[in-house]
Amino acid sequence: MQNPYLPYPVRIDEIITETEDKNLKTFKLVFLNPDDEEKFSYMPGQFAELSVAGMGEIPIGIASSPTEKGFLKFTVNKVGLVTTCLHSMKAGDIIGVRGPLGRHIWDTLKGKNVVIIGGGFAFTTLRSSIIYMLDPLNRMNFKEIHVIYGARSPGMLLYRDELAEWETRDDINMHITVDGTDDPDWKYNVGFVPTITEQKAPPGNSDTYALICGPPIMIKFTQPVLDKLGYTHNHIIMSLEMRMKCGIGICGRCNIGKKYVCKDGPIFTLAELDNMPKEY
Amino acid sequence: MKYINIDKKNWASGLENLYGNYRLFGPVKNNKHHVLKELGKGELPDLNYINTLLSPKSIVFPQSETMFEYSLDESKEDHHILKEINKDYSPRALIGIRPCDAASFLLVKRNFDTPEYKDPYWLSAYEATICIGLACSNPCSTCFCTSAGCGPFHEDGLDLLLVDEGENFIAKILTPRGENFIKSAGWKTEADHMAAKKTIKNMKMKAEEKIASFVSTDQLKNKSTIDLYGAPFWEKIAFACINCGTCTYGCPTCWCFDIQDEVSKSSGIRMRNWDSCMYPLFTLHGTGYNPRNTKVQRVRQRFMHKLKYYVDKYGDGIQCVGCGRCIRLCPVNIDIRRVCDIMNNYDSRSRLET
Repeated sequence: MQNPYLPYPVRIDEIITETEDKNLKTFKLVFLNPDDEEKFSYMPGQFAELSVAGMGEIPIGIASSPTEKGFLKFTVNKVGLVTTCLHSMKAGDIIGVRGPLGRHIWDTLKGKNVVIIGGGFAFTTLRSSIIYMLDPLNRMNFKEIHVIYGARSPGMLLYRDELAEWETRDDINMHITVDGTDDPDWKYNVGFVPTITEQKAPPGNSDTYALICGPPIMIKFTQPVLDKLGYTHNHIIMSLEMRMKCGIGICGRCNIGKKYVCKDGPIFTLAELDNMPKEY
Repeated sequence: MKYINIDKKNWASGLENLYGNYRLFGPVKNNKHHVLKELGKGELPDLNYINTLLSPKSIVFPQSETMFEYSLDESKEDHHILKEINKDYSPRALIGIRPCDAASFLLVKRNFDTPEYKDPYWLSAYEATICIGLACSNPCSTCFCTSAGCGPFHEDGLDLLLVDEGENFIAKILTPRGENFIKSAGWKTEADHMAAKKTIKNMKMKAEEKIASFVSTDQLKNKSTIDLYGAPFWEKIAFACINCGTCTYGCPTCWCFDIQDEVSKSSGIRMRNWDSCMYPLFTLHGTGYNPRNTKVQRVRQRFMHKLKYYVDKYGDGIQCVGCGRCIRLCPVNIDIRRVCDIMNNYDSRSRLET
């Protein structure tokens, strides 16, 4: 019997500090047993349990794309016991990865316009999605791609080198924004994500899906904007967070109604959420 | 179906024969209550009992269970790598388990044995466990098994059903594993098939007549989850609750658990422990946000899970076998039978009219 609780051992290959407050670090992980990489076959939007022996596990969205081979990436915010321990670790240290966990919705998105709306450090699985869609083997499977991504300040944006690179491309429409900045050289947008969404996002139609990941306040104010732009609730896709332990729908804590966020989610359409208790 | 007559004079010697082939577990009186415990050689279960204080779920799903071990000593080659451990999954027999408790294993199995994931700990322990049921001739006032998809002589989940006739037990063999158990004990006297069947039928009828309380569940699946969730009665139901979690610990069908690491010097284990939806920590996010921050939300979660979410998810009745433990153990007299009826009878439209 395969033990779904047993993590694959991985080595921390590289740690990148992402933001000016130093609270977000990206961990590049390499499987100790090359066979495990094949077993860990994932899609953007899924997550994994990062396991630190002696500390415990935490559910974290996968920031790398399956089109990037040889490693996994996770961007981790320093919050609790396990994440604080992770932040104090160094390249070469051994941790574990368990997954991939959760469902994905790429069958739905094939052949569609994709509008990515992200705020703060919830941009990780959205990075995975962008890298995946921009892969030369995948790009023709999607129509227009829009990205609206905001952070408090330029220094709080994740993956700044990649953002700059995507800005120069003509097969993706980038709308980067910050809440405010005193940098005179800032050449992108200034304003909250809902405002920029209203200005830049294409109107909703049956061929267009919005993927939203961000803090509750951003989601709360972006939703009416999407309504106004004509997005129906089954074309708005959100990723939820919950306290999790097992990650496989067994331990019982992350339910919303009869759905488990870990196994039946973490991605839900707004139409699905409309029919679930508002307990998240 | 075979029936064996076990003269009580041969009961102890039979168990003696079983010892060694099976780890034997049975009810034993401990101060005021009967508790389930592993029986030593020569130790007999006390079958003159109503039911154990806590359910037998711990036999399959221990309150604390080691999952993995690891070394943090960096001079060791495999330091920080989690390793599976050897566990004792040799055959174990639960002697005198009540039919409701045996049925609870089947309900819980749905959670641990899914098409996508198999929980190896629960399943290995369950597969190693043989259930020797003891029919209830004197159910207690809090039992409502007959309206919870179960009953005092219910056979689902059992390998063998013992019916106490005073001087002897009639043993009804329900599975090949039950038959092996009987053989291994050396109880050979076959009972007259027709007579045994008739006796059991009569005793079953009498026992069922003694069940005095019921729940109505027929409307639960037709109710809207959102309506029940938003219903006004939860404040009242939860008013007296002190969130002690006793209901969840006593319950045979509560399966939630936590996973924790524990370290001593340079070696550690990952373990799981029973957890409870009654506690705020159960759902507390790292950010400090808690989607079930109030006791009303937590009480609602417990009853909605058992009486609505489970009903909708599996389409086969409520997540309850009617053992009545939560009613007997609750320090503030919250009664699932009452809650179930309130939910079953709730009409969101009539609420608007009043």
